[in-house]
Amino acid sequence: MLEQLAISTLNGIIYGMLLFMLASGLTLIFGMMGVLNLAHASMYMLGAYLGYQISKTIGFLPALILGPLALGLGGALLERYGLRRVHQHGHVSELLFTFGVAFMIQEAVQMIWGRIGVPYRVPPELDFPLFRLFDTPYPAYRIFVLVLAVAIFVGLFAILSRSRIGLVIRAALTHPNMVGMLGHNVPQVFMLVFGVGAGLAGLAGVIGGPIFVTSPNMAGALGAILFTVVVIGGLGSLPGALLASLLIGLVQTFAVVMDVSLDDFIKAIGVDAKAGNILGDIQHTTIAQIAPILPYLMLLVMLVVRPRGLFGSRDV
Amino acid sequence: MKFARILAGTALAALALTSPAPAQDASTVKLALIDGQSGPNGFIGESMRQHLQFFAERKNAAGGVLGGRKFDVVAFDNKFDPQETIVQLQKAIDAGARYVFHGNSSAVAGAIVDFLEKHNRRNPDKSVLYINFAALDPVLTNDKCSFWHFRFDADVNIRTAAITNQIQKDPSIKKVYLFNQDYSFGKAVRAAATQMLKDKRPDIQIVGDELIPLQKVTDFTPYIAKIRATGADAVISANWGNDLNQLVKTGGELGLPVKWFTYFANGEGGVTALGAAGVGRVFAVSEWHMNVPEATSEKMAEEFGKKFNRDLFFYRLNTVITMLAQSMDEAKTTDPKAVALKLETMAFKTPLGDTYVRAQDHQFYQPLYVSVMSDDVPKKLEKTPFGFKTVGMSAAKETEVPTTCKMQRP
Amino acid sequence: MTSLSIGRHAGQIVWFLAIALALLLPELIPSKTALTKMCLIGITIVFALSYNILLGQTGLLSFGHAVYFGLSGFAAIHLINLIGRHQLPIPVLIVPLFAGLAGAAFGLLFGILSTRRHGTAFAMISLAIAELVAASSLILESFFGGESGVTTDRSVGPTLFGIDLVPQIQVYYLIVGWGVLSAITMYAFTRTPLGRMATAVRDNPERAEFIGYSPQIVRLLSFIVSAFFAGVAGGLAAINYEIMTATNLSTAASGSVLIMTYIGGASFFYGPVIGAIVISLIQLSLSDVTPAWLLYLGLLFVITVLFAPTGIAGLIERHLPPLRARVLHHLIPSYLLSAAAGSVFAVGAIALLEMNYHVTLNAHEGPLLRLFWIQVDTTQPLAWGVAILVTVCGFFLFRRTWPLVGGAWNEIDSRLRKAAP
Repeated sequence: MLEQLAISTLNGIIYGMLLFMLASGLTLIFGMMGVLNLAHASMYMLGAYLGYQISKTIGFLPALILGPLALGLGGALLERYGLRRVHQHGHVSELLFTFGVAFMIQEAVQMIWGRIGVPYRVPPELDFPLFRLFDTPYPAYRIFVLVLAVAIFVGLFAILSRSRIGLVIRAALTHPNMVGMLGHNVPQVFMLVFGVGAGLAGLAGVIGGPIFVTSPNMAGALGAILFTVVVIGGLGSLPGALLASLLIGLVQTFAVVMDVSLDDFIKAIGVDAKAGNILGDIQHTTIAQIAPILPYLMLLVMLVVRPRGLFGSRDV
Repeated sequence: MKFARILAGTALAALALTSPAPAQDASTVKLALIDGQSGPNGFIGESMRQHLQFFAERKNAAGGVLGGRKFDVVAFDNKFDPQETIVQLQKAIDAGARYVFHGNSSAVAGAIVDFLEKHNRRNPDKSVLYINFAALDPVLTNDKCSFWHFRFDADVNIRTAAITNQIQKDPSIKKVYLFNQDYSFGKAVRAAATQMLKDKRPDIQIVGDELIPLQKVTDFTPYIAKIRATGADAVISANWGNDLNQLVKTGGELGLPVKWFTYFANGEGGVTALGAAGVGRVFAVSEWHMNVPEATSEKMAEEFGKKFNRDLFFYRLNTVITMLAQSMDEAKTTDPKAVALKLETMAFKTPLGDTYVRAQDHQFYQPLYVSVMSDDVPKKLEKTPFGFKTVGMSAAKETEVPTTCKMQRP
Repeated sequence: MTSLSIGRHAGQIVWFLAIALALLLPELIPSKTALTKMCLIGITIVFALSYNILLGQTGLLSFGHAVYFGLSGFAAIHLINLIGRHQLPIPVLIVPLFAGLAGAAFGLLFGILSTRRHGTAFAMISLAIAELVAASSLILESFFGGESGVTTDRSVGPTLFGIDLVPQIQVYYLIVGWGVLSAITMYAFTRTPLGRMATAVRDNPERAEFIGYSPQIVRLLSFIVSAFFAGVAGGLAAINYEIMTATNLSTAASGSVLIMTYIGGASFFYGPVIGAIVISLIQLSLSDVTPAWLLYLGLLFVITVLFAPTGIAGLIERHLPPLRARVLHHLIPSYLLSAAAGSVFAVGAIALLEMNYHVTLNAHEGPLLRLFWIQVDTTQPLAWGVAILVTVCGFFLFRRTWPLVGGAWNEIDSRLRKAAP
């Protein structure tokens, strides 16, 4: 039991940190520009494919740097020549624009790398068990991911809270017009944030690709979860995104280990109820079965009860 | 005035609605493949189309059917959606197809069976036959069985029979963990495996029985920890896609020492996704695989690989085409009803053993191989160093399972 | 909202003509495939119109509208099965009404949760609800029938006026009937005080509150009306397909209706009608022509957003004033030039994309690709060179000619201004 607890905690944290890497860019974009970037998960997928391609030809370390850089550049260009033009037409237009981009990335990836996944593996230098957690040999690569993610958070947080550009970004989150009037180039800040966000999604792809399966459908499942993280954490809040990522990571990893259903509870209090049909279905459903939908439940509760999220400064 | 354009637009749209009328060609027999051809999972339908084309062309080159008529394969993209399937099915029927092939998704299969039951009842002179070669929900040959449906793949229960036959022979397995997706299909596996293990190996303990939400889990590590805690030796899993690849891969990463008895690990993209984690651990069931030492199929696989740059997988489609052609020849017509009546009683000898259709429920029975992923095989898959190696085989008879089908015959 | 000022009667005449055309279409095109497609399009039109009550009229962006379509579809299927089992004296013809009521009930239930808020928060809540319902559709098997869904037989009910709903053509007229009825009702709804208030709430919730209306109640009522018509569409789908599965209430289905409404033009009542027709036809037919259809669909979104943010209907409305002022022909030369250049660019780009797809996905079919009306050998560098050249030339030509269109419009606008008193 203790073993399960320890491993689940560690895994939950690592999964949460990967989510955070994706969500950090998204929360800034969402918070500043109000853009629901539906292509964010596609950029993550593109990052994994670029990581695979670069590490196959040059090596994993260059992939770690070049992949995110390429995506960051692509993201900045996308903002400059696409989103900025669409911005004036409102949020639905922006949304649809990113949706179209997601389609195109999806198809382009399939056109270049084929419709089946690619064998993106953990680099051999990091492919060994680092330590044993009770009976389980724990892979070094996952710890590497953890360390990298923590470093990214510390770095981002430092930039946002200590540097001048960070100050401008934080100001632009709440008062974009005022920042513009003070003579800062707000569109350029947007472009920068979008680029960095895309780069971070790419980085998550490069390091997440070997853990998960690098295939054309890896973007599909992630998109909605990311919005959940962003809203629960609070728009534009980095600590919020971190906490929400960890929360969702842990909830999802812990809940799946619970086999308890309403049935058991009813039995425990000594009532022998036999419900039919739909009620029966609900009764027999275990917490483990509904684990993956818990984030959406949390999202719903959060939006109804506290719409600004955990650390948000304003309502969604 | 302002709606004049809409009217013009509607008229244009009306033009777009009309597909060019197909020339009813008496020298061909149209086979319609209705499956998903686009989107992230489009490669499966694409592969099916290539297989079907390949075997149809082979048959055509060998003289075709009914003294020289040729098979003509036409693909329709249903985008994996049951309602879209019905539109595409109507399109196929209008294009003159009387034989419909489909593989992916039992939901779509159910929609086709349902549609054809009504269509054939309402248009008895234009009946259509459905050849299902990969949708495995047992319900299609049990409660929902239909005269117009033939299944040329081993369904879940039959595959479970083959897997449990293998487990029966393996004394090292003492504890089994069932790990399936939470929908009709996963539940069928769970029920069949529990029953069959009890019959064949009463000493085996089922230490876990998991149903996970379909295609929703992103991190499998907690499940691996859960399996490890039970001390299981083997996991039986009918998962597919990411739910399978991620599970096995995470298991390998965390060094979980179990044998994975899977239903789909040998499918396309499987070995690429699993990698070294699967070697010696992942078992799969199939009617054939690349390393079955048999000359004609080896030659076929080589030809197919050369032509499509992809591994031969749907060996069963060769059997389907051959048996279909033979039924047409025997019935001396391409009328689906007459052909179905011939097909449902057909016994056929392939180079791999005896096969037959069970007339009671239109389920096809064939020898089944249980194979293990290995890096020590002559034929590798998908340009990886891995392939599958036979560890056991069940003859067609040994996999037969009872049915509750009460077929309504026209 | 359609501006009443222009050609009120002309508008009505065109509506009648459109309805007449819808009634006559099966006669004009006697093909079963076309009939199946038209049924699908009819259902989609009702669904898209219902979505526009939210998006266009009340300004609520929902990611979960398919929930109401799907849930009422399931309700309709169960009702039809119930009619069959107990020989209830309810004709299947009026099942869409019950489906609509079911939709409204679900709309009330989820609407109370979500319409307390608007904007992004509303969108996120609708997404959460959509994901929750989609996920529970696999858990609550007795209602949703698991993966294989629930099927029915539409001909089980009592026949009314000899209509047993066995032939598809009867279903088509049923869809047209309900579709026209729904469209008229929805149009009438935009003219009711509530419909007007919804628009006011969309534009400025505070001011709506000042004049004594609770924006929340207005949003909720709009939401329920919208869910009702989504339910009617769901009921029609249940009758038409005789099967409902979990994919009907997936977020993908919700996304699809959003796209149709937007591309058609959300600010005009008839926009969603055009969007539903265009996008359905693309989804149904483009996949027969090219394997790259999803890419083209993505491109279409991007192009629409960049160049026609008010949708197709917006484009149409933009051309009406010059048409009435009889100056539209001044646009023709620039349009022709620009279109010619644009199509050169499009031909080049399509050729490149198709050749790429052919090489990566269909290499086994040999190096030859049938492109438009010619055979292209994809192993020849010349073919690629020509395609690239055409694309680049087309691009530059288009960039040169596009400003002409802008110029022509400027001129027309100034003429119109002069003409106006």
